[in-house]
Amino acid sequence: MLRHPGAKPLLFVLCLLPAAWLFYGAWADTLGANPAEALIRATGDWTLRLLCVTLAITPLRQAFNATSLARFRRMLGLFTFFYGVLHFLSYGWLDQGFDVDTIARDIAKRPFILVGTATLLVMLPLAATSFNRAIKALGAARWQRLHRAVYAAALLALLHFFWMRAAKNNFAEWSVYAVVIGALLGWRLWRWVASRRARAHNEQPLQHSQ
Amino acid sequence: MHFHKDHGLSHGTASDITPRAVYEQRRSLIKAMAAGAAGLGLSAWASRDALGQVAQPGKLAALPSARSAAAGAVTMEKLTAYSDVTTYNNFYEFGTDKSDPAENAGTLKTRPWTVRVDGEVKKPATFDIDALLKLSAMEERIYRLRCVEGWSMVIPWVGYPLSELIKRVEPTGNAKYVEFVTLADRKTMPGVGSRVLEWPYVEGLRLDEAMHPLALLTFGLYGEVLPNQSGAPVRMVVPWKYGFKSPKSIVAIRFVAAEPRTSWNKAASSEYGFYSNVNPMVDHPRWSQATERRIGEDGLFKKKRPTPMFNGYEPQVGQLYAGMDLKKFF
Repeated sequence: MLRHPGAKPLLFVLCLLPAAWLFYGAWADTLGANPAEALIRATGDWTLRLLCVTLAITPLRQAFNATSLARFRRMLGLFTFFYGVLHFLSYGWLDQGFDVDTIARDIAKRPFILVGTATLLVMLPLAATSFNRAIKALGAARWQRLHRAVYAAALLALLHFFWMRAAKNNFAEWSVYAVVIGALLGWRLWRWVASRRARAHNEQPLQHSQ
Repeated sequence: MHFHKDHGLSHGTASDITPRAVYEQRRSLIKAMAAGAAGLGLSAWASRDALGQVAQPGKLAALPSARSAAAGAVTMEKLTAYSDVTTYNNFYEFGTDKSDPAENAGTLKTRPWTVRVDGEVKKPATFDIDALLKLSAMEERIYRLRCVEGWSMVIPWVGYPLSELIKRVEPTGNAKYVEFVTLADRKTMPGVGSRVLEWPYVEGLRLDEAMHPLALLTFGLYGEVLPNQSGAPVRMVVPWKYGFKSPKSIVAIRFVAAEPRTSWNKAASSEYGFYSNVNPMVDHPRWSQATERRIGEDGLFKKKRPTPMFNGYEPQVGQLYAGMDLKKFF
């Protein structure tokens, strides 16, 4: 099923559905009393959700030995960026009226806006180097090192959401994302530590044989 | 509409702030309606001018009142729709989402209901809600409501000045502040189990603020009793302060000597001060307070409107804070 030629187009449409639903809601005025706030929050939510899905690909692939899952990673990563851009545009346009001066002062003044902006800036080079020619030009090793910045983006996104909710002491929803992202990054950390130990073990067999 | 850039500094009477062309047009519309030319919707709109009370949505029991004559008590700005006023609420006892109170507050029992009034007063008393309703003449007041989150509404409330109640209980010389305690009932309020705030929700005013004619002990909105999600059966409305300073579903009012520790102040004292007057010059640490979005207006892509000092009630309440550093006492 994962290898079906229709799988990618289907995922593409699925990823577009939240945006389509929001655009329709804005047009048909079904987003409640404060549609601007609803749009800003929903695009932020979907950025976080897609970030979680993207980060889940590698653990799932290895756990279930489902190599074909890797085909979807790039598209999911790009959709994460897409919703991040929509989130920033909604904020810049609907909240700040595209007033560059006001936005610049707002970013400098409010830590959670600063961190949110930083998250998008960290994701930008990843989106910009997502095509095959960029991988070749950078070389696989360097490309991979660059793309590990997604871990930083995940932690920054969490901090952004935490500080936003801290204003109202309301961390129920945040905790869910924290647990998911914590598990996905923790799994990687655990693998990394395990592989270093294994390497150390292989490189220094004499010490261990004492 | 007729939007003023006076930051709310001048709004005496309706005819002062309603441009001539607009009221003349209204009058001709009313005449046309009298001639039977207009439909039901238009006559409901016009009744605001003609009869002195806004049209009722017909959802809850009517609460008759007369249009208030107090200075600043009736803004002529466009009313926020009843559906927006009653579905977009911060009432954390019923959940933290804006839509939660409308969905969950059906469980709130508003009868029997009593309000205990005690502390530094000569005549402490427990008022039954039906006695409170009859304590003074009901007035309709159309206030701006500015939430600390940066949105605003225009709401026709029904109630009478809190000072009417205060006079009956006769505060002693020691009474410097008024503390409001609200209902915290785990059985009927699903949000009371959460750790977002300390329950019960407590708010407070300085005695002179509480005595101000604009501080309204409120029992209704849109000509009807308060919907549960708006703080039934009795709440405060303090229009020159951020919305959270207007506690809902009040069960006790205490007169005290020391500044009360209010719920949001306890939760984050650097972010929510005791005074919390609407002030575009003092930003909340997490967001600017210079502008606001008027719910139901200001189309999606329109810039937010500037927030006036004291939410536009500076002519009425400014003197309460004469000589105070409002950056320090935010």
